[in-house]
Amino acid sequence: MCRLAAITSAKYFSPMENILALETMKEGHDGSGLGLTLKDLGGEFKDLKEYPILSGICSRKGREILESYMEEMGFKMIYHWKPKIKQVKGIIRRDHYFAYVFDYPDGWKDKSWREKEDLLMNTRLTLRKMGEADESIFVFSFYPDVITLKEVGDPLEVGEFFGLDKDILKAKIIFAQGRQNTNYQIYLYACHPFFIQGYCTMTNGENTAFVPIREFLMSRGFPGYMGYNSDSEVFAHILHYVSRQLNFPLTYYKDVLTPLKWDEIEQRKDKEALFLIKQSMRPLCIDGPNMVIGFIPDGTCFMVQDAKKLRPGVVGGIEGKYALMSELCGLDKVIPNRDRSKDIFPMKYDMVIVSPDAKEVKVWNQLMA
Amino acid sequence: MEPANGLKLDYNHALTIKEFPYIIRWREDRCKRCGQCTAVCPNGAIKPTVKYMRVIESGGDTPKPKPVRRIIHVIEQVNNIENYCTGCAVCALVCPNNAIEPEYNPQNKFLFYKNLGGEGYKRGGRRNDPGVSTLDRIKFTRISMLTDPALDAGRHEFRVRSYIGRILPPEELPLKVEDGRLVVDKTRGKFIPPVREIFPIMIGSMSIGALSPYMWEGLAMGVAYLNEVEGIPVVMCSGEGGFPPRLLKSRYVKYFILQIASGYFGWDSIIHTLPYMTEDPAAIEIKYGQGAKPGDGGLLMAPKVIKLIAEIRGVPMYVDLPSPPTHQTKYSIEEAVMKMIQSMSMAFGFRVPVYPKISGTRTSKAVLNNLARNPYAAALCIDGEDGGTGAAYNVSLDKMGHPIASNIRECYLDLVKQGKQNELPLIAAGGIGKKGNLAANTAALIMLGASAVAIGKYIMQATADCLGDEWNRCNLCNTGKCPRGITTQDPKLYRRLNPDKIAERVVEIFKAADVELRKIFAPMGRSTELPIGMSDGLSIDDKAMAERLEISYAC
Repeated sequence: MCRLAAITSAKYFSPMENILALETMKEGHDGSGLGLTLKDLGGEFKDLKEYPILSGICSRKGREILESYMEEMGFKMIYHWKPKIKQVKGIIRRDHYFAYVFDYPDGWKDKSWREKEDLLMNTRLTLRKMGEADESIFVFSFYPDVITLKEVGDPLEVGEFFGLDKDILKAKIIFAQGRQNTNYQIYLYACHPFFIQGYCTMTNGENTAFVPIREFLMSRGFPGYMGYNSDSEVFAHILHYVSRQLNFPLTYYKDVLTPLKWDEIEQRKDKEALFLIKQSMRPLCIDGPNMVIGFIPDGTCFMVQDAKKLRPGVVGGIEGKYALMSELCGLDKVIPNRDRSKDIFPMKYDMVIVSPDAKEVKVWNQLMA
Repeated sequence: MEPANGLKLDYNHALTIKEFPYIIRWREDRCKRCGQCTAVCPNGAIKPTVKYMRVIESGGDTPKPKPVRRIIHVIEQVNNIENYCTGCAVCALVCPNNAIEPEYNPQNKFLFYKNLGGEGYKRGGRRNDPGVSTLDRIKFTRISMLTDPALDAGRHEFRVRSYIGRILPPEELPLKVEDGRLVVDKTRGKFIPPVREIFPIMIGSMSIGALSPYMWEGLAMGVAYLNEVEGIPVVMCSGEGGFPPRLLKSRYVKYFILQIASGYFGWDSIIHTLPYMTEDPAAIEIKYGQGAKPGDGGLLMAPKVIKLIAEIRGVPMYVDLPSPPTHQTKYSIEEAVMKMIQSMSMAFGFRVPVYPKISGTRTSKAVLNNLARNPYAAALCIDGEDGGTGAAYNVSLDKMGHPIASNIRECYLDLVKQGKQNELPLIAAGGIGKKGNLAANTAALIMLGASAVAIGKYIMQATADCLGDEWNRCNLCNTGKCPRGITTQDPKLYRRLNPDKIAERVVEIFKAADVELRKIFAPMGRSTELPIGMSDGLSIDDKAMAERLEISYAC
């Protein structure tokens, strides 16, 4: 079972905090990978917030292809960040790890935000397709103020490998996953967190309803719903579908993943809508075992459980810094000086929501809503 | 000298007993000549007769065997193709001394002769193919254990339910956000089609008329009990032939699907009862085809059209009631399907799901795509070649039709391509539970893409001990002489059934199926919604089948 460490804070912090939290949960991951997604970036990216950042890995050949394609598309590179790689035993170094900051092509600056988002996603998908067969290009995200790093190996060693302990890379929201490979191959695209157009999730568990969900998403006619090297990728796409495509408020993500029973719906004020949602979104219902941690574009972070609460999850912290962890020891490592009696262990009906800048945490209960 | 009356002493005009599908094994030493077997035989296949024979006798104070010649009474199989032994074995059932039973004759040449008078062989029952069906070869191989805990069929909450009815895609739901909550936006005037929640196994279309009154009543009572007492929403289809007006006006009608077929039998009465109905039926099924006899209409033989049946159907008594092979109003698919769905929807105020039933066919996708574009089409029921019938030509039963597994799968995958897999439920029928594996066959079809299944033959077998099988046993449904009393209107025969017992069995069957479905879904980690299209859970031991069904191969 994968280990998850998400931190949201009012101040910038280093991803090493997440990695050290994962280290405390070490017996739960097998070192088959580390994924990091950083949002609301500080340090050298602090003044580049409006520009999209393309994060990924490529070979020498892939780099040439990537750069010429971006140039051809009219994207202008304005900043190039690369990790200070330190060779670590057991991690096979690839040619280029990068986060390129681009300016939009001419003619795109005045387009609507939605159109820009689609341009960025389609560009990422094209690059992915160009480099997928020979593994010359991996691209994980292409979005303003977001960086994603992934590599196969033990999280602490990967952190060292990327030189994160020395780098000044910082952010206000950082998601990290230490991967426990189960029934799918060790592959970079299978590594959480998964990101699509401002929405990001990571999950511990298996998704037994994966195939019907994948088929439903892929048949929505949205090009970003692809990949699925991990059965957990669908959680990010469901979040995107429910929030961005259907424009439902965030809490309906929980209602879609784990719909209430009919008699429970009767108690809800929005029962008429829920009746319809339960039927229309039947293929997106999960049976677990899953705990999902996610963020949405405004910086709100959340945690939800499957309807049987088959996976652990805890949220705790102090005003200005909250951590959403799969294990309590991770939370103790990151925020030891909190009031532990206020730790939240979300149960089957709960959605724990941490507001942007970690101002407050609240538990939304599906039954009481 | 020529024999008198043209009798040929070589008997070359007669069939040998080896041409018959079943051979009667009668034991002279056990038979007490009570005559029960000959009285009960539905086809007149055995007769009492006398023979003048040499027998060995021994008696007296010092018994000594000695041959004597005397007249003795025997039971003899009739050497006449019209009175062939059907193998039903009711003779064995009634014999007090186990003196008689039919034995299947695999060398029979029955089909060479069962066309006397230029009339093709007609029968009831189902396809005579005793082989293992595709459904029975499918196994559930994705077992949750350690990386993903299996669910507990006894402890976790399970919901084995499905829907009939057109389900709107999420993108078309008329919703808007008010105070952070979603509400239905009624100003948009969007039509929200009716949807019924059902148990995923329904009792398929068998008419009052085809079934005896006791049989139908038993099924109906069982269905009502399941709904009202057990809380399992099983629905049952009326078949073509109307519906008792008193039941139509009752609240129980909501557990029934009313079928309209090409003969429109019974619909005059239904239409006249409409204003007095207090509840809506579960759905309306428009029958365009039947898996057991594709391209053939229904047929209720004259002997079955007794007073009750004639009244419900609105026809004279004791006349043959053939339904045409196709709807006579049919001009094109739009005509046949779209207008009919519209008309039936309108008749019930657009409150009742209306869907067509077709026989399994290579062209089912054409029908499917027509329905996918019709926002009023509530489902598509596809009846595969292993479906049963009350009366059909043997050639239709045995050779016409399409297996259900690949037909459902290709239709589902076609819907997936269009993103409509949750909008138009597929109902699979034909051969479900053929070998008794009701829950396993149902689960396999669901995971191939069906939303629900319909059963007929299984329910007759399991509730009323139907004698038919795939070795052409019994299959006398068309004659009105059903020895069990299931498909007859003869009170002497249907009084053999106890409707209460049938109802009890219906309840037992569905309760058991509910448990067994949980026992399949739980280890696969599914419990809340049906795993429709969860094809990664299935495997089959044949590579070509695996490829065709787009599931994995396992051996």
